[in-house]
Amino acid sequence: MSNDYIIDIQHLSKSYGDHKVLDDINFYVRRGEFVTLLGPSGCGKTTLLRQIAGFVAPDEGKILLEGKDISGIPPFERPLNTVFQRYALFPHLDVFDNIAFGLKLQKVPAKEIEVRVKKMLKMVSMTDYEDRSVDSLSGGQQQRVAIARALVNYPKVLLLDEPLAALDLKMRKDMQLELKEIHRKMGITFIYVTHDQEEALTLSDTIVVLNEGRIQQIGTPTDIYNEPCNSFVADFIGESNILNARMIRDRRVEFIGHEFDCVDEGFGEDVLVDVVVRPEDIYFTTDPARCQFKAKVNSCIFKGVHYEMWVDTDDGYELMIQDYDAYPVGSEVMLYIDPDDIQVMHKERLCNTVPAKVAEDGVVEMLGAKFEASTAGFSAGDEVTAEFPFSAVDLLDHQEDGKLSGEVHFLLYKADHYHLTVRTDDGDSLWVDTNDIWDKGDLVGIDIAPEGIKLKARND
Amino acid sequence: MKKLFAQIYIWLLLALLYAPLVFIAIFSFTESRVLGNWTGFSTKLYGNLFTGGMNGGGALLSAVENTLIIALIAAAVSTLLGTIAAIGIYNLRGRKKQTMQFLNNIPMINPDIITGVSLFLLFVFLGFSQGYVTVVLAHITFCTPYVVLNVMPKLSQMNPNIYEAALDLGATPSQALWKVLVPELRPGMISGFILAFTMSLDDFAVTFFTRGTIGLDTLSTYIYTDARKGGLTPELRPLMTLIFLIVLILLIVINIRAEKASKKA
Repeated sequence: MSNDYIIDIQHLSKSYGDHKVLDDINFYVRRGEFVTLLGPSGCGKTTLLRQIAGFVAPDEGKILLEGKDISGIPPFERPLNTVFQRYALFPHLDVFDNIAFGLKLQKVPAKEIEVRVKKMLKMVSMTDYEDRSVDSLSGGQQQRVAIARALVNYPKVLLLDEPLAALDLKMRKDMQLELKEIHRKMGITFIYVTHDQEEALTLSDTIVVLNEGRIQQIGTPTDIYNEPCNSFVADFIGESNILNARMIRDRRVEFIGHEFDCVDEGFGEDVLVDVVVRPEDIYFTTDPARCQFKAKVNSCIFKGVHYEMWVDTDDGYELMIQDYDAYPVGSEVMLYIDPDDIQVMHKERLCNTVPAKVAEDGVVEMLGAKFEASTAGFSAGDEVTAEFPFSAVDLLDHQEDGKLSGEVHFLLYKADHYHLTVRTDDGDSLWVDTNDIWDKGDLVGIDIAPEGIKLKARND
Repeated sequence: MKKLFAQIYIWLLLALLYAPLVFIAIFSFTESRVLGNWTGFSTKLYGNLFTGGMNGGGALLSAVENTLIIALIAAAVSTLLGTIAAIGIYNLRGRKKQTMQFLNNIPMINPDIITGVSLFLLFVFLGFSQGYVTVVLAHITFCTPYVVLNVMPKLSQMNPNIYEAALDLGATPSQALWKVLVPELRPGMISGFILAFTMSLDDFAVTFFTRGTIGLDTLSTYIYTDARKGGLTPELRPLMTLIFLIVLILLIVINIRAEKASKKA
């Protein structure tokens, strides 16, 4: 079955101490495909690439290359080559000898080396540079040499670790096009690591979105952009309005206080969901018959090709809209959204759920601290599950004021409130709805409203 | 005015530093047995030095020979050991790395006399008969930390990915070491070698305690014994002058090379 897959990753996991860097990673790469591993820094994408290259041994799982497990083979015996983020050229060798390094080790005849190196130099537009010392080259030129040095060995797969991250914007754009061209000409499979979503959308056949060591979504750039599977992906790729919504029935959804037609089915009736609407998919109209909701423009910024506007809807939600026409600040506008442009997603969770223990009457122990809560129906020592809504969690400016302390880890604006992920000092995650403005990395005290905590018997 | 003082200060300092050397160099061109008596210009002492035509001349030449051989072996071995150690320390993380660097520094700060006595006691304890071998071992011991200290900065400056890049391109770990790591570390290894060589060359205390009783002499122990016998052998004056000149020339060559290298980069 897997004959078509040049790389097949199965159940790959890796931990450093207690920290799980990669958690049960599964994906495959087809021969000749351009696959991008995309995610924020610290998501495990570089560790994953280094495991494929052979510099890091996986704790569990298999890496199949053309059907054979290579996870026990050292890097110098793997028919793969890597382009490193900071080039990693050999400073004591000139351009020619850098590129010829791998071929010389393979004892390729000198004549053939000469031909292949020259061909590669031509491919990366560096003809006549062979005698130059690598220190005398610009960043972009060094990166070209690094690409040539890897490709001259005709690897089965080329691994690229943020190869353009150190270049300036203009150079990066040029190199993106060139990389795509090289990929097309050579027909070699590329696995590319980046945190730049635009780069991923431009270059890839397939994108693997990673966050916190797990795969969030695998798909083509258009799939990932148009049909993000959760709010993380929607927020990470491009601009988006991410909103709390309720699926009324198939093809009918309610959000920002209005009902809309959509194209999604199978979520059930009267189910809470998340909805993504891209800012370019909210349209202005002057026809009252088409108008679905009204809003007032509160800011308008020219972004080069389009204008970016923030509007307040009639029910008090704030939305971002991108349009080629500007609408003056303060003006009342009529808006509509096409059913096709509403992407409905399952909510990852509806409330916080943590294991707890009844400490005494009216007190539960959870997350490493004691909280007041109604313990009716339970007695001291009972192991239970505590549930509390996102809005029951209170964040405090001073860490010492809370029963727990933690750090704001991730934030999402949901049109009328912020949805935060807070990581406690013990490493537990809590999700919080708040109207206060916090920044990523803020240290906070955490309290939980007693009336919000509901206990359930643990059934295990 | 300020500038004048600065000038006077620096020249005075240089004069004080170099006066003894100049003094010896001048009096190497006269035959007088007693230092400080000028009995007319002569190159006879230089002649004696090379033909061995003087009292105990053979012993002096063999001391020079011992010194050079011991210094070469000690420098070569400690360069090898020190480079390997530096690579090992570089690959450690956090606490362990700090501890190892600290432990590496102690032998350099430790007074020679203590190093010498403790090595002496160790050799006695282990039942080693002391002589050439123990002196060489002792010199390797105190030279190695200096090599580590010279190679470490080269490792930190190096792009950490280049070793991996070599493996990635099909080099085995030992090929990656010789084809990529060693060329990168070579300047640090050379300066470590030179430092180890000079440290060994002028060591007295450690040699004195580890040479045993077989009559092995290096230049420093020879001079010490010679001076105790009553007055320095006059031929030592041209010898010291020559050693100084050789070191000076070496230093100039190294500086010119360094300048060329920095211009190239």
